[in-house]
Amino acid sequence: MAIEIQPERAEPTGRGPEAVPARPWWLRPGAHTGLIGAIAGYFLGHWLGNFLGGGYARSGLADTNDVAIVLGYAFAVVGWLAGLGVFNDLFAAMAGRPWPDEDRLIGREDPGLAKYFRYTLDHKVVGIQYLYGMIAYFLTGGLFAMAIRSELLSPSYHLIGPEQYLMVVGEHSTMMMMMMSSVILGPFGQYFGPLMIGAKRVAFPRLEALGFWLTPAAYIILLSAVLMGGFPTGWTGYEPLGTQATQGEDAYYFAFGLMGISMILAGFNMIVTVINYRAPGMRWSRLPMFVWSMFSVSFLQVLSVPVLVGACFMALADRTFQTSFFTNQLGGSSYLWEDLFWFFGHPEVYILALPGFGVVAEMIAVFCRKPLFAYKVSVAGMLGVGILSFFVWQHHLFDSGINPDMRPLFMLTTELISIPTGFIFLVAMGTFWKAKITFSIPMLFALFFYFNFLIGGLSGVFLSDVPADVTEHGSFFVMAHFHYTIMGGLIFAFFGGIYYWLPKMTGIKLNHTLGLIHAWTMFIFFNSTFLPLFAAGLMGMPRRVFEYARNLQPINDWVSISAFLLGGSMLIFVINFVMSMTFWRERELGNPWRARSLEWQLSTPPPPENFKRVPVILSSPYDYGVKDALPVADLNPPPGVIGAAYAPAGGVLE
Amino acid sequence: MSVPARAAALVVAFLCVVGLGIFVVVYYIGSATTQLPIVHYTASGGQVNVALQEDPQNDSATRPDWVTYYTQDPTTKQWLHTTLFSVPANTKVNVTIYGYDGCTPLRNNYWSQVQGTLGGTVTVQQYNKDNKPLGGPATESVINSWADCNVAHTFAIPAIGLFVPVASPNANNSVNNLCGSSPCTPTSGGAYAAETFSFMSPSHTGTYRWQCLIPCGGGFVDGNGGPMQTLGWMMGEMDVVSS
Amino acid sequence: MSSETLAAGAGTPARREPRHGWRLFAIWFVLSLAACLVIWFVWYPHLPPGRMSDSASGQQFDIAVLAITGAPVLIGVVLYFSYAIVVWRARPGDDSDGPAIQGNIRVQAAWIILTAATVLWAFVFGTVELVVPAGAGGGEGPSPIWKLAGTQSSTWTPGTNTMLQVQVIGQQWVWTYRYPQFGGFESTQLYLPVDTPVEFHVTSLDVIHEFWAYQLGVKADANPQVDNVAYTTPKQLGSVTVRCNELCGIWHGAMYNFGHVVSQSAFQSWASGVQAKEQADGLLAALPPYALHYDPTVIPQLGSNLVKVVGVTGAAGYYYNPGNPVTP
Repeated sequence: MAIEIQPERAEPTGRGPEAVPARPWWLRPGAHTGLIGAIAGYFLGHWLGNFLGGGYARSGLADTNDVAIVLGYAFAVVGWLAGLGVFNDLFAAMAGRPWPDEDRLIGREDPGLAKYFRYTLDHKVVGIQYLYGMIAYFLTGGLFAMAIRSELLSPSYHLIGPEQYLMVVGEHSTMMMMMMSSVILGPFGQYFGPLMIGAKRVAFPRLEALGFWLTPAAYIILLSAVLMGGFPTGWTGYEPLGTQATQGEDAYYFAFGLMGISMILAGFNMIVTVINYRAPGMRWSRLPMFVWSMFSVSFLQVLSVPVLVGACFMALADRTFQTSFFTNQLGGSSYLWEDLFWFFGHPEVYILALPGFGVVAEMIAVFCRKPLFAYKVSVAGMLGVGILSFFVWQHHLFDSGINPDMRPLFMLTTELISIPTGFIFLVAMGTFWKAKITFSIPMLFALFFYFNFLIGGLSGVFLSDVPADVTEHGSFFVMAHFHYTIMGGLIFAFFGGIYYWLPKMTGIKLNHTLGLIHAWTMFIFFNSTFLPLFAAGLMGMPRRVFEYARNLQPINDWVSISAFLLGGSMLIFVINFVMSMTFWRERELGNPWRARSLEWQLSTPPPPENFKRVPVILSSPYDYGVKDALPVADLNPPPGVIGAAYAPAGGVLE
Repeated sequence: MSVPARAAALVVAFLCVVGLGIFVVVYYIGSATTQLPIVHYTASGGQVNVALQEDPQNDSATRPDWVTYYTQDPTTKQWLHTTLFSVPANTKVNVTIYGYDGCTPLRNNYWSQVQGTLGGTVTVQQYNKDNKPLGGPATESVINSWADCNVAHTFAIPAIGLFVPVASPNANNSVNNLCGSSPCTPTSGGAYAAETFSFMSPSHTGTYRWQCLIPCGGGFVDGNGGPMQTLGWMMGEMDVVSS
Repeated sequence: MSSETLAAGAGTPARREPRHGWRLFAIWFVLSLAACLVIWFVWYPHLPPGRMSDSASGQQFDIAVLAITGAPVLIGVVLYFSYAIVVWRARPGDDSDGPAIQGNIRVQAAWIILTAATVLWAFVFGTVELVVPAGAGGGEGPSPIWKLAGTQSSTWTPGTNTMLQVQVIGQQWVWTYRYPQFGGFESTQLYLPVDTPVEFHVTSLDVIHEFWAYQLGVKADANPQVDNVAYTTPKQLGSVTVRCNELCGIWHGAMYNFGHVVSQSAFQSWASGVQAKEQADGLLAALPPYALHYDPTVIPQLGSNLVKVVGVTGAAGYYYNPGNPVTP
């Protein structure tokens, strides 16, 4: 299926022998029909919930029917997917109708923008959908952050009420932690993963596209909490406060569970694609570092996210039909939620961090024009971080009353995780040794990444030390730590990736001057926002509070102003992105970075089937400076070569 | 798409996003306090008289079963559905709370003790449903909510150490006798208890939160959800302004 | 740090290449030494959380030592990158590739060994600092392992080395404190005697809170139906900020008060005074008997009359069906 065995089918038009004229866009399933399905589903579910749960004591006394809300969301999601046409192929197969043809799978859709608003199975289209989606989700979360910092300008004068403050904090943190887990896997992993390994498609295009279309649903559901007064638990959803909260909490648990399903699907698809769809010659030892990071992240997603989905389901059960999983008095335990959540939550933060490692590793090889130093150590670092991330979650719970002898154990595992994390720096430093460095905008972001992640990682060592953690836990020190690692790491890598890969994805490059301004202002204001927060935390400011000690007001004011300026630098990016894509459209059709990796050897944008013929990989993408290095791949292998490549031992090509 | 078409699409999208954002900010995130009226009490003769009542239900359309406080406007004598009021600094504040709700045992019986009032006591007068006083006024420093049915809610301003249990119609008085439509008045047909106490407002101006410490959010785990966590119902803010 | 050895595989041309490794090492050494000295002598005495208790002093020491361990790492990496981007820029017009250095076994091995050694050092240090000061002020759960030395007694008198037991009760959204050695009286104020081992029992009546006594260096989660024990010994007189550190609902940010560390005799007279007042008021009899944790939905004092009149107690909020066995 990946190889074109029927050349006569390789035509750019029609849908096969019985080509029918395409229906008008508003009759084909797409986002508009999805919206209709969602609204219909919501009303149906809400009615059903009132029918089932209207008699509960809770509904009568508290005037809140969570069953109606949760069923409303559930039916709305099903309606949304049905309206998009996600189930069409499934029903066609169940009805015995012919399976949709190859052209749809390899993305021979009609040109134009409509395919981005449909359930399109081309991984490149899904990548672009993710890109726009993730930018929108990130900016929404960022706006909530601006509201938080406005409130924190004064310890006693309150701009917004206490409920609204907790709502804003919860929305900001959940939007970021929920959505940004796919911020690199989505846009770049889905788009470039198959390209980098020489595949013509992904293993499960339907699951991949489904994974994307669940994200707008999760986004809207999370935002709908605003209409219901928000949720008071923050992104960690601690019980029993979660069961005690009013209706907005349902939105949080449901949205997080839904996004979890999206993450599981995306990860699953990526694992199978990387294992099975590598082109001949793409040995594991030649796999680009970005693909390694996607691969390890996918394992984390597939293994840890189901725990979250289960925990959210249990929490919703507690909230709808009065089970007592998390109520201590009736045999449940508040510790249960904490453990389930953090068992997911710690790998989650590595799901956020690892893709950043992969992206910058790609970029530094290109812009140092040197092979990646100690490739195997880098791979060991990625895999090591991934594996160890499952063994450290109790460090979020050091003071919570866990068995005291667990604390040295988890201190050890948490400290150990800094060894594979350090490999990332070893590789970077080795690659920089005697290199020929060009300071393109992606390279600037990579350098900023390493600086920020260094500070973030070192502050993690402070947190892993249990005695020091007694003062630091739950304070702004933790806040600064994770913003440095996640925002300073992942988001900087994300923006670097945009500047690096947008020319390949769209043929348009972002304006250079605005890009430089964006990069430098983002770096300066990011550091000026989050560096003082280490001090604020150590001086006794807890998280998620709207009143703090008066002597901390100068620090908070400095941080708030810096945060507004950081928001301004994001605005510069948005202006750059919007204007470059809509008006200026500076073309960039070649390989501006002179990169060796496989995706840059294709046309811009890549053809719908990625490769006209399955390529044969000849050398590592990192063979810069190697004398007589072969090109990375042969894009037009002579016929018969593929067969020979699959020959048993003794077979020739490598 | 041609340049003018793209420009038009961009402008429309921009206005939609900005408009939606402003709408969300102003309507939803704008503080509940801006939608709730603040009752201003001014001093006369160096004292202020604050009047509150707590009801077993309320007059809203969406949540009629939530218990709530009402605050009385000093000029119009109307009962407003708000819990925000302001008093001048460093003044003697005389509070009268009308308790129309039935009794509930405290979650922590420590709050049976009166703290932070002048004299360390409160004075309670019970009335039956025909607005006739039952017995004489009783001055108490502890109203033990576990010994008898006599406490409905509490009124606490933790920042100044004021913790006061609010008396309810007692056990015999409250069976089938509670006020049925809000805001309740002495002549609306419900038994009630009128409690009076005084405290000195602090000298530092600012916003001081107040809350109830009984689990009166029916239908919520531990009783501390819903009205207990919503401004304008069972918790509020006392603004201390310069006199 | 990583820069001592390099000669293998570089393929350097014949012109005199500066010894980058030695340069970097020298600059790094000087800067790190300066940084460590500044941290130890200038910064350490002023580091949070201060020296008001032995836990706080211990944590201050730990933070200083971790800073001294981390500063050379920070300086090394930042210095290296700064050096690299200055010295190894591509000259304008030079489009060629750099040297094809795929790896260097000695550098890699040295790095792995150094990082592993640093990490293990941090682990050993952290464990010692956790065990020796009796849990370093963190909550240890209902069965603490590392306890302070102090005699357990049902009453407390100044001058003896008796452990003072203080129960911290978190409820939405106020802290209260009970002193079992003084009849189990409850108070909204926290007073502690100086130079006395204190055993905190932290629990909650509703949702998860977290007791953070900042100047004492004590932090322990307050979970419902769980007794979380933490230890410290106040060493200086003064005022302590107590804040709730775990999101517990709408007034989480306003759930704080101030405790006081006073002399032992002042504490004794305060505690006896409050005990006497609450006894006289009848409040002491009205409180539930002192226990390590409480279930507020079960109120044995409630006679059947009250239950008959009003039905289920409101303490559970009527969330669960009254028929469940726990709610009376």
